Amino acid sequence: MQKENLSIIITGHIDHGKSTLIGRLLLDTDSLPKEKLAEIKKISASLGKDTELAFLADQLKEEREQGMTIDTTQIFFKTRKRNYIIIDSPGHAKFIKNMITGASQANAGVLLVDVAEGLKEQTRRHAYILGMLGIDKLIVVFNKMDLINYEEKKFNEVKNELLKFLEGIGIRPYYSVPISAKEDINISKRSSANMPWYRGPCLINALDGLKPDIRIERKPLRFSIQDNYEIEGKMVTVGKVLSGTIKQGQEVILLPSLKNTRINSIKVFGRHIKETRAGKNIGLILDDPALAKRGEVIVQKEDTAKPTTQFKANIFWMSDEPLKINQSFSLRCANQDTSCIIEKIEKRIDSSTLEIIEEDARELKMNETAVVIIRAEHPLVIEKFSFVEDLGRFTLEKNSIILGMGIII
Amino acid sequence: MGLADVIINHIVYKNFKKDIKMTYLDELEEKSIYIIREAYSRFKNIALLWSIGKDSTTLLWLIRKAFFDQIPFPIIHIDTSFKFKEIYEFREQYAKEWNLKLLISKNEKALQEGMCPEKGKFQCCNALKTEVLKNTINEYKFRALLLAIRRDEHGIRAKERYFSPRDIDFKWNYQNQPPELWDLYKSGIEDEQHFRVHPMLHWTELDIWKYIYKEKIPIVSLYFAKNHKRYRSIGCACCCAPVDSNANSIRKIVKELMVTKTAERSGRAQDKEDSYTMQKLRSLGYM
Repeated sequence: MQKENLSIIITGHIDHGKSTLIGRLLLDTDSLPKEKLAEIKKISASLGKDTELAFLADQLKEEREQGMTIDTTQIFFKTRKRNYIIIDSPGHAKFIKNMITGASQANAGVLLVDVAEGLKEQTRRHAYILGMLGIDKLIVVFNKMDLINYEEKKFNEVKNELLKFLEGIGIRPYYSVPISAKEDINISKRSSANMPWYRGPCLINALDGLKPDIRIERKPLRFSIQDNYEIEGKMVTVGKVLSGTIKQGQEVILLPSLKNTRINSIKVFGRHIKETRAGKNIGLILDDPALAKRGEVIVQKEDTAKPTTQFKANIFWMSDEPLKINQSFSLRCANQDTSCIIEKIEKRIDSSTLEIIEEDARELKMNETAVVIIRAEHPLVIEKFSFVEDLGRFTLEKNSIILGMGIII
Repeated sequence: MGLADVIINHIVYKNFKKDIKMTYLDELEEKSIYIIREAYSRFKNIALLWSIGKDSTTLLWLIRKAFFDQIPFPIIHIDTSFKFKEIYEFREQYAKEWNLKLLISKNEKALQEGMCPEKGKFQCCNALKTEVLKNTINEYKFRALLLAIRRDEHGIRAKERYFSPRDIDFKWNYQNQPPELWDLYKSGIEDEQHFRVHPMLHWTELDIWKYIYKEKIPIVSLYFAKNHKRYRSIGCACCCAPVDSNANSIRKIVKELMVTKTAERSGRAQDKEDSYTMQKLRSLGYM
């Protein structure tokens, strides 16, 4: 029996204990190689510290010396139920792009709050980013309960404040778990001695309680063309089924060029298949292979999808150079690539307080988010993010450096 | 909706769920194939670094799948001349059987001058691996190299991106890596740079063995136990120590790994000299 995998990003404000929690999870689930703990002890001592569990995640010399996470990292542990990929993320505003890099690979999230300190700038911003990325499987964890003597009242105060904020961005967390990562309280077993008032699960049981998505494919076909290869004298068009199913003999249209063709056969190395579905990277032999170009999207013949050059989106800006209106960027969405301008910034929003800073703005600064109108030079095949993820998300780049990300709403 | 409808819906849904379920090994494979094709589509002049260990042999297998067994680029073996003889035998056999464009690179000059692990492991790895890799990239003007590193191997590798740019001196700027979102991988670089592309970053050691088992991928015999010892990670004969084990089949290896508490690279000397040797080596361009 194969256990399933779930990747979870741990987010939250700097110093609220993300890396320490990860170290604790590794220790409590017995996921550490034996020499690892000895190494961490040695390094902690050499820096004049007690055994620093955070060093299990913070592997860079600079991270250990400065006592903070700089870049995202991924760590593996398993419970009886499943295998976890834990993605650590930096909690400093300066490294939001690294947090987003980690979050874009996650299926679920843990948002961690130092219960003594309460909600901070990055607590709210990270929550907002998770919401934007569609990570709705969320557990909120209240760390450092030891600092408030495991008091229910204070816990409820912080919890209610956070739940209210999350409600505003449409997130309902699955669990709210009070813990102390440092003191090993409520991580792998419930601690009734310290918190008799808490009736929920310990953190590991809460994680195991998350259910992964089951994708039901009743969506229309979207196949994104990645490349063309010549194999044994035949042109093979390779790409990924983004949604729906694709079948041998199916009549299709290529978008945005609006050319008609037919799926002659499906090619997969070492196997013969006539039909396949979302998530698969396959080769196609088309009746008219000359038509297929990278970036085009194949849809079923009767499909009414229309390529577009102008659309509304929610974007997050992660460059220290501000975005200016009418400035040109390259936009990438699945295998599509075009230049574009931001025609209008309808609302410029502080991504931590969610306050509207300005309507009809001229520019957008780092870590701000906005509702914008984009005009693309070439027509794009896009969908709402909630409908076909791959066609509903994009990056804005300059000289092939990602400056912003966007979600089609 | 009546109760009968609810039950029928439930059954239809359950069967549907079973029908569409991809195993997680399928998912790992799909992601890797997408990345391999993306690297070729973007850069064309690319190559695989094949150490002939289990990971890069699995990557080679995925590459054969991605290109329907007609790999359009060379396969580089960085030969320190200190490798196990089983590695050389395996290389000759499968380079022929899989019809590979094999490119063997050696630092002849350093070897003539007597470079060996006794001169210092850091110096030796740097001269016989990193330096020769630099020369090969410069000679063939490769724009990207495919490597089979994984996040679970070493903490410093866990920080890597799938598409990781290196500057002209090969330096990895780990303190300021570019963002990488979803599968929209970085595609452009300045002229003098190249990319390290890591299609198997998300695999674990256990995943590799399960996949080798499922796909029946041939693998160097050193991984299987003889006289109660086997190698978990292979490289140069002089710098690899075997672990205690009776696992003489893939099934037994999978079983062993499910309970082990020993790190995969515990037998690899270059990881150990001090806590940051790997970080230093990697920032200078080591694999």
